Formats: sequence, C-alpha cells, structure tokens
Amino acid sequence: MKPKFAMYWAASCGGCEIAVLNIDAKVLDLDANFDVAFWPAAMDVKYKDVEVMADDSILVTLFNGGIRTAENEHMAKLLRRKSKILVAFGSCANEGCIPGLANLSSRKVIFDTAYAGPSTENPGGIRPLTVAAVAEGELRLPAFEPVLRTLDQVVEVDYHMPGCPPESHQIAAVVDLLVQVVQGKAELPPKGTVIGAGQSTVCDECPRQRDVKRISRIRRIQEMPPLDPAVCLLEQGLMCNGPATRSGCNARCPQAGAPCIGCYGAAPEALDQGARMMTAIASVIEGKDAEAIDEVLDGIPDPAGMFYRFSLAHSLLRASRSAHRETEQA
Amino acid sequence: MANDFEPVIIGFTCNWCSYRAADVAGTTRLKYAPNVRLIRLMCSGRIDPTFVLKALADGADGVLITGCHPGDCHYLEQNYKAMRRHRLLQRTLAQLGIEPERVHLTWASAAEGAMLAQTIDRFVEQVRGLGPLRWPARPRPAAPAAGHAEAAEAAQVEEAAS
Amino acid sequence: MSRITIDPMTRLEGHGKIEIFLDDDGNVVNSYLQVPELRGFERFCVGRPVEEMPVLTNRICGVCPEAHHMAAAKAADAVYGVEPPPAGRKLRELLYSAFYFADHTTHFYILGGPDFIMGPDAPVAERNILGVIHKVGLEIGSKVIQARHYGHTTVEMIGGRKVHPCTAVPGGMTKSLSETERAEIERMGRWAVEFAQFSLKLFGDAVLGNPEYRDLILGDAYSHRTYYMGLVDAQNRVNFYDGRVSVVSPDGERVGTYAPHEYTDWISERVEPWSYLKFPYLKKVGWKGFVDGKDSGIYMATPLSRLNAADGMATPLAQAEYERFYATLGGKPVHQRLAIHWARLVELLYAAERWVELATDPEITSPDVRVVPTKTPTEGVGIVEAPRGTLTHHYRTDERGLLTMVNLVVGTTNNNAAMSLSINKAARAFIKAGTVVKEGLLNRVEMAYRAYDPCLGCATHSLPGRIPLQVSIRDAQGNPIRVLRSEDA
Repeated sequence: MKPKFAMYWAASCGGCEIAVLNIDAKVLDLDANFDVAFWPAAMDVKYKDVEVMADDSILVTLFNGGIRTAENEHMAKLLRRKSKILVAFGSCANEGCIPGLANLSSRKVIFDTAYAGPSTENPGGIRPLTVAAVAEGELRLPAFEPVLRTLDQVVEVDYHMPGCPPESHQIAAVVDLLVQVVQGKAELPPKGTVIGAGQSTVCDECPRQRDVKRISRIRRIQEMPPLDPAVCLLEQGLMCNGPATRSGCNARCPQAGAPCIGCYGAAPEALDQGARMMTAIASVIEGKDAEAIDEVLDGIPDPAGMFYRFSLAHSLLRASRSAHRETEQA
Repeated sequence: MANDFEPVIIGFTCNWCSYRAADVAGTTRLKYAPNVRLIRLMCSGRIDPTFVLKALADGADGVLITGCHPGDCHYLEQNYKAMRRHRLLQRTLAQLGIEPERVHLTWASAAEGAMLAQTIDRFVEQVRGLGPLRWPARPRPAAPAAGHAEAAEAAQVEEAAS
Repeated sequence: MSRITIDPMTRLEGHGKIEIFLDDDGNVVNSYLQVPELRGFERFCVGRPVEEMPVLTNRICGVCPEAHHMAAAKAADAVYGVEPPPAGRKLRELLYSAFYFADHTTHFYILGGPDFIMGPDAPVAERNILGVIHKVGLEIGSKVIQARHYGHTTVEMIGGRKVHPCTAVPGGMTKSLSETERAEIERMGRWAVEFAQFSLKLFGDAVLGNPEYRDLILGDAYSHRTYYMGLVDAQNRVNFYDGRVSVVSPDGERVGTYAPHEYTDWISERVEPWSYLKFPYLKKVGWKGFVDGKDSGIYMATPLSRLNAADGMATPLAQAEYERFYATLGGKPVHQRLAIHWARLVELLYAAERWVELATDPEITSPDVRVVPTKTPTEGVGIVEAPRGTLTHHYRTDERGLLTMVNLVVGTTNNNAAMSLSINKAARAFIKAGTVVKEGLLNRVEMAYRAYDPCLGCATHSLPGRIPLQVSIRDAQGNPIRVLRSEDA
C-alpha cells in the first residue's frame, strides 16, 4: 500500500497546482511512491469521500490558498484531521498573498462596490446569500469572513513552503525529499521548518551589481528610461522588494528586468515583511529634513500595497481597522 | 464629560540624549503623565518599524519615539534614518486606518528634561483624544496537543463551551 | 423533492458545486451551478498603481495568468494612451501564443481529456492524467509533458517566470529577446506544431473514431443554440491577443463587432442570490431567463465560440483544420458543446503556428520594446481572449495613475449562464425516473461544464461582503418585485 498524498486549494488561483505539474516527469515519481487520495484540480474525488477517510490516513497534504470563506475553514480543519503532515503550500496559505489585500477594506465598502460596476445591471439590489430560496428549495453558499486568514491562523501547520507559486525546481527538490522519506532513506526536518526555499533574501540570489545606495529619487517603472540590466534596480531608483523577501526563487524577476514584488514572503526571521521593507528603504534613501524626505517618499504612492503586497494577512496588524471592526461586529 | 481613558504608550528612547532628558525630568521631580512605558535603545536609528507595529498590535494606543536633534546623533546620521522610517511608517499606518498621530517622533537633548516632560503630556492628551486603539489579538489555532485527534477534540470542547 | 449534490466540481480551475433537484418520481426538475468562491480583486486593486495590475491580476488565475497579464498591460497602455513599439507588441503576442499552447494542452490531456481517453465511467482513481499516462504509455505521456514544458519555458524566457510572468508593463516589455533565446523558442515552436497535429489525429482516432463518443459529441444532450463571441483581426480571423470582439447569432449571422471601450454597450451582468458569480448577457437582446435561442441574450465564449464568431484561422494548417471541422459537423455555427474539445485542438495548432511565425519575425529580437508614456493617465479598456473566453479589463485612475475603479469581465464569467444551461440539460438527459444514479452518470453531467474549460477563480471577481438575510419576491419572469433585507428592519 502506497502512502496517500493530497493537494487542496482554498481561496487560491490554481497557480500552485500548475507549478506542481511543471515539475514535468518528476510527477511520475510522485505517482510511483504515493496514492493520490484527493486533488480536485486533477481528479474526481469529492468532499463526501474525504469526510469518511480515517484520521491521519493521508501522509502528506499540500494545502494552498487562503482562508476566506467558511468552506475554506472547514476544509482546513478537515484536512488537518485527515493528514499526518500538513504543508502550508504557496504564498496564500502562508501569508495570505495578493488576495490578502482585501483586508485593507471593510466588507461593507467592498460589498457596496461589488454590485455597482459599469457593466452590472442590478436594479433590485440583489446580493448573494448564505441561504437563498429558489422555487425548488434552498441553496446555500459559504459565509464570507470579514478578514482573510492564513492557514496557520486556523490550524496547526507542520511545514511552510513559500512562493507565489513555489518555483518548480524547489517543488521537485521537495518531492525528492518526500520520496526519500517514504523509502526510509531520509528524515523530515523539524516541524515548523520552512522548506523548499532559501535562508537569505532575494538580493543574495540576484546577479545585479550592488554598490552603495543613496537613492535621491524613486520612479515608477513606466517612467524609467531603459534600465541598466547589470545594476541593482533599487540603486536605479526603482522600488524592489528583494531586501525583505526570502530567497529561493533565483531572483527571476529582477533578471527579467522587473522588480521583485515579494512573492516568497518575509525574509527569514522577519516578523513583518512590510516593516522589513520600510526599514530597508528608509536606510538607503536621501533626505535630512521632512520636506526632502517626503519628496523622495512621494515616489512610493502606495506604501501599504507595495510593502504588504503578499503578506498583509500574516503581518503584525493583519488588516485595516475597518476590516477588523467588522470582525468584532460579526 | 471627562474622558477617563488612560492611553497605553510605549516610548522608545535613545540612550544618549533623550533617555538622559527623561532622567533629568525624573531627578528634578518634574511631574509628567505616567502613561509612557520607556524602552531604551542605543539610538533612535535602531528603531525598526516592527517594534512600533508590535506595540500597536499588542495593546499600545500610541508610540513615542525620541532621539537626538538632527546633527547631534551620537552615531552621526542615524537619527535621519529614524525620521525617514517614521514618515514612511506614518504613510503606511494611514492606509491601514490608524491615525498617523498615534506614532510621534520628537527630538530632545540631554538638557531638555522639562521640554520632554511637556511633550509627553501633550502626546498623552492627544492620544486620549484619539481614543483607544484596541487592536484585535492574533488568531491562533486550537492549542496543539499530542496528536491531531486530541487537538480536534479540544477544539470541539471549546466550541461547545463558548 | 430530493436533491443530488456534486461538490466540488473537479478537473477544472476553481470552486463550484452543482445542485440537482428531483421530483418524487426521480425526474430532474431543475439544476443549479453555484460558485461559492470570491476574493475581491475589483475592490482591493483600487488604490494600487496601475503598472502593478499585470502582476496583481495574474493572481486571479494561475492557470491563465498570462491572459490577465496581457489584458492588464493593454488596459494600462490605454490608460496612458500609449502603444508599445512593434517589437514589444510582438513579444507579448509570442508569449501569449506559447501560453495558449501550454494551456490548451493542459486542458485536453489533464482536465477534460481523461473523460474520453479513460471513458466517462472509468473508476475515479484512473480517470485522471496519471491514469491516462498509464494507459497511453510513457512515449505519449512524455510528449504531453514535453509540450507543457516547451510552452511554459517559452513563457519564462519572455515573461520571466513560468507561472505569473512579470515583464509586461505600460508601454511595452521590461526585456527584449536575444538571438539565442529566439532560436530556442523557434525550435520549440516547430515541435509544438507537430504535437498539435499529433493531438488532432489522436482526437480523430480515439474520440471521433469511437462511436459512443461520437454520438455524445453530435447528440443533443450537450447542445444549445446561443450567441457566440470572440476576438477577430482585421480580416475577421481568430486572434487571441488583439482585435475587435465579434458577436454572431445562433443562426451564424454576425450581429456586429465592438472595440474594447465599447464593451458596456454590449454586455450587462446579472446577479442571482445563489451564486457569487454574475451572469453576463447581451444587452441588445436582453435577459429572458435560463433559456437558449435567438431571443435570449445568453451567449458563450470558449474556443468553439471563437471559431463560430470568426470567418477563419490566420495560419494555413489551422485553417485547413477549421474547414474540416465545419465540414464534418455540418456547417457553421456548431452548437454541440462537446465539440469545444475539438475546437480547442484547432486553436492548439493555430497557437503553435503563430508561435513560429512570431519567433521568425525579423523584428522579434529588436531591443526597442518599451516606450515611456507622456500623457496623464485617465481611463482605459484592454481585451484579450483568455482560453476560456473574452477577457475585459477596464480601469480608471487618478492623475498619478493610482486606480480609482476596476471592472473585470472574465473569460469563464461569460459562460456562466451557458454552463448552467448545459448542466441542466445534461442532468435531465441522464437522470430520469427509475435511473440508478451511479458515479459515471454524474460524471456525464460534469462533462457538460468541463468542455468549457472553466476557470472559476477567474470568474469570481465580486467582492467579499457580509451576507445579510434577504427575501426576494419575484414575478414569473424572475424580476424582483420586492426585496426585504434584514439590515433594513
């Protein structure tokens, strides 16, 4: 009997699933050593089949996606019970990822915006409901929670694998490790370890030349003349999240001429990725009085979005005040 | 109607100027509001925005940062970094719905004990006017027991009890 | 009344469930496709700088991030009133063609294909890509793996990463192509053309050549007469990256074409209380309920729609397949939804041919791939064809280029009503009084939506919100007469 493997998506985009498929032929190693017990992207096992599985009967579950609805929460708890090893896979499960930016707004504001777009025709003011009556009976939708949460804010997580998505060479390395463990040739690292990633920041993997930073002007990428492909992007005045972001991705984006946007989450030992960015940027910009400093900072028109792009839900504050207020009223 | 809310304020002071100013205020028995809990760092440039955010997330209603006057930093230029971090932090806090005035940066030389006492009093009143922040605690999963089954059971018992 | 629930929908992207209501005899009374997911992009992108939209909206969908990346880049171009230089535009389309090739391959072999290659009634444990590889053997299995690898590697070489590319910005691209990269991309593209031809042959032999499947495809259970939509170039041929949107009626007559900024003249979206996903329909025809036909505004996007809405394909091998497709199926337009699988493979071939065309274009290695905008940003619309359907990104910004309004009409969203019709019809066709409802039967109901290659994470861009209790009283046409809400009490 091969041990069981599962992969599940909560509030997610499917990119983690594609990244797993992008390990190419190595997916056959997965197949040779595991029985895939549950993977809605690729096979037809349904929720009712998971409910009747024995506790701890799945050896390892890769759980991606954030906890946005009551269904996501239910599946997180269900899969925690059914799985010996639960991995928070990808940025959404680990720190909330880009959908975590919804935590900047209250549900009411979001709600009022949703059904009033230029192409929406809704004169009756209809809203989706958790329980809707139709002619034949009742239809249910899972309740929407006011604040998006990460997997480890809902259940105990055994390992963390960051990335949006985790790069396929890292996934391949982790699959190799899992196969070795199953074959009794290796041991898993201590619980709580961040796997499939580096122990430093993206800057360390980036081949661009870094020198002394004295940034007197920050511009946006569309304003830039052709950028020097060999020089650090920050030093050229383009915001880059490399200093605050965990390594492991081979700094692909800076190598392609685009700034790091922070998708591998907080650098090791940083409690708050946004705070780490703030301190890093403040250390290297010019300005000795309020006016001069403000002029440089005006080049970052959206600091919350830029610094917390992937990690707002896992940051120290986690959400805006108005979003939190709705949790209290719930 | 009197506002009886007593703000909780964390004060990060630098060792060289502003901590000594606070000391002077104390030894000259100047009265000032007791709401500020002082934490001494070697330099205002040591202030990581993480400290401020953690203070606010863990129950502080305001944060006061004090350092040496620009040009007088014991480590030459690090108080400029404090200024830059402070201004960037304020912009970010505003987007999160936290009044930027809750995080105040002020300069004080070692001789300015009285001025610092006044600054503290003013800041406490300002935060009192803003009201309590009361940031919600971080959600945590059910306390991990020896096995997952026990943890699930514990969670169920908790749910039933609440 | 009893019900059958299929939860979750599987072998697609995103979350969905199907509720089938049965009367006491066991006949299907009605079916509902409910989408229980939302994340709220249209709200939380407000306040973000517009140049970030290509990487922010990528995360709407990790299966088709390239589609959002390009629609966002085009909308951002329009916001700034710029056009990328020709080489920048061609690089985007080259990336896009390779992506289409990878995505259509993924759908045919991994998502929808197993129903045909293993059979609709095959055991669940085998009715998936791993079962397919065991059945067809490693030689073919390796080809499928290689096809995806080549497509994603080309995306990575131009876009920076395999999933969630990062190089499209307002005004063009952040990097150009070297000759070494170009030569490698051309080599992979030529292999891709052969693989597409192999796939079409496989479909012909294994699917059309199997009488049971042929009957399923040509039969009525999965057929609906609706309007069709797709981007076309200046010669009215299918184009994935740019053009005007062509709309044709169930009879095949072209109703008209529209430019991106005109989309609100053509499309409206309805809301139902039992799904987070809205229901677009053609404004000019109007919403008549969940019915098909010329008088109903329900339309379909998808590869089949694009073929129906165009006059042909822009590359020679694909054009020959286009002609063979319609000759076999009895002319245009084709209404059978399972034929979408075949149309998808015709597009697979076009994507590969276009990949080679662009990889051998003399301008493709030009270093001139980006212009710096000079105008103040305001408003813009960008439209591409996502593999699942027409994708529209509409932005408004302030004078600094920070977003003040975001409206998205996404590929699969276009198909919400059409999929609902298809599921309902298939349920009625396969589940009747006295039927023993086995798993394979329910799978045949699921095959009704799988043909559309749904991307439900894409589709749901409504926003998180509190769900108050609401009672909605409607007339016989479904229009609300009175709405009572708990928060109004």
